[in-house]
Amino acid sequence: MLYAILCYNSEAAVGAWSKQYHDETMAKLHVVNDKLAKQGRLGPVARLLPTTAATTLRKGRGESLVIDGPFAETKEQLLGFYIIDCASLDAAIETAKELAIANPGTGSYEIRPVAELHESQLPAQRKPAA
Amino acid sequence: MNDIGWIDAVLTAARPQAVGALLRYFRDLDTAEEAFQEACLRALKTWPQNGPPRDAAAWLIFVGRNAAMDDVRRRAKQVALPDEAAISDLGDAESELADRLDGEQYRDDLLRLLFVCCHPELPATQQIALALRIVCGLSVKQIARAFLVGEAAMEQRITRAKARVGDAGLPFETPGAVERAERLASVAAMIYLVFNEGYSARADETATRGTLADEGVWLVRLLLRVFPQEPEVMGLAALMLLQQARAAARFDDRGGIILLEDQDRSLWDDKRIAEGLALIDKAMRHRRPGPYQIQAAIAALHARAKRAEDTDWAQIDLLYANLERLQPSPVVTLNRAVAVNKVRGPAAALEMIEPLGPQLSNYFYFHGVKGALLQQLDRRAEARAAFDRAIALANTPAEAAHIRQHLDHLGKESASEPS
Repeated sequence: MLYAILCYNSEAAVGAWSKQYHDETMAKLHVVNDKLAKQGRLGPVARLLPTTAATTLRKGRGESLVIDGPFAETKEQLLGFYIIDCASLDAAIETAKELAIANPGTGSYEIRPVAELHESQLPAQRKPAA
Repeated sequence: MNDIGWIDAVLTAARPQAVGALLRYFRDLDTAEEAFQEACLRALKTWPQNGPPRDAAAWLIFVGRNAAMDDVRRRAKQVALPDEAAISDLGDAESELADRLDGEQYRDDLLRLLFVCCHPELPATQQIALALRIVCGLSVKQIARAFLVGEAAMEQRITRAKARVGDAGLPFETPGAVERAERLASVAAMIYLVFNEGYSARADETATRGTLADEGVWLVRLLLRVFPQEPEVMGLAALMLLQQARAAARFDDRGGIILLEDQDRSLWDDKRIAEGLALIDKAMRHRRPGPYQIQAAIAALHARAKRAEDTDWAQIDLLYANLERLQPSPVVTLNRAVAVNKVRGPAAALEMIEPLGPQLSNYFYFHGVKGALLQQLDRRAEARAAFDRAIALANTPAEAAHIRQHLDHLGKESASEPS
């Protein structure tokens, strides 16, 4: 079963990480990533830019409404996600726990079964900023 | 486990909102800061065991306010402090407070705190120091290091700035729409000052002063979170991110300046560029152009060019023409001339900057650009005179060294000339 692990946290707090803490945390998260990759369980992983860079299109009956930022004001924001292959919900929770140990403190992981996953049609060399 | 890392970050992130709210309660900067400090100490004691509260800022405001009021009471009556458990067990009180911290009030608290730092009577350096201290929460030692002055001197500078702000009276009435817009503009200008203080640092200073550019980016993101629909705030954020993205490519190994067109673009920071481009794209949709947006749009054209020769100079010329209309200044015209040189050649560019002579006679960059244009036109004696003047006005050895390269080049060319 494929699961999406959606990473929620306060982007203000994550934005205030010191360089050292950021590097340490990323290194610990990479260990978890590498393990999943070796097991052939790691799908696409994305880290999103802050919600201040986001735009929302609110569908309406007539003209859709374009809004700056995410639609709802919340304390925690969606900062990124992993797609992973897990034998069971327990296994997915286990993985989320490993992520939580690597990146402790505030925030939460939403574990969400994936209904459909479409293959990426992007050229392999496509980089986010390009 | 190392809890300090994330707790520090949560406290830093909550600081502006918490100090802003405490300032509203106590109407005194020192009391607000002390109350926040006390709340942080309690957070460091209780969060590692209990985990973080749902709303860190609300927790800190509540605990800080109680601590400060206890302090006042204790001073008055020598009443004992309540025990730790009673303070940590916030229960309903926290959610009630969180409810009251609605968007509008949060915005005004934060804007007030930032606005306090841009009091017009404070010189730029004091505005910056004050913002770094009370909004970013940098220690006096860190700020002193960034300004390359002693700790005692910085302490005194900040104390004096606070006293001046206090004497002038803090603005506690809820601002109207016009006043809010004015405050926002002052705050944006102050944040750009913080950024530039770090961005304009020499290569050998970037380790200490360079952090100020990061603090500037941190502040503008903070402002953007509470004013997510202001195109000029988006523009300022984009401008700073796109400039900061080039940080690693701006100096050579010996600290010499590398001009934009000579920079190794693979050293530019993709993530900052992506964020900057996203923000300027968003800003432009509002069709309410302003100086920050135009400058960001110019920076975006540089960021989008894979190679220097791909730069859309015609568009940059147009954008500078808009900036000249919006915010006329000889420096803007000088910058425009650099684009004009690329589009219409050195003669047109020189014609554009010649009238600026009287206003910019003491401006290093003016003589540098003038020299380069004259050199391109093969007017060597005049080029040399302009470069000599530029060297005399150089602010840093790196600037002087950069101009000297031009002079060397001129020298070589004349040496190879058949006499």
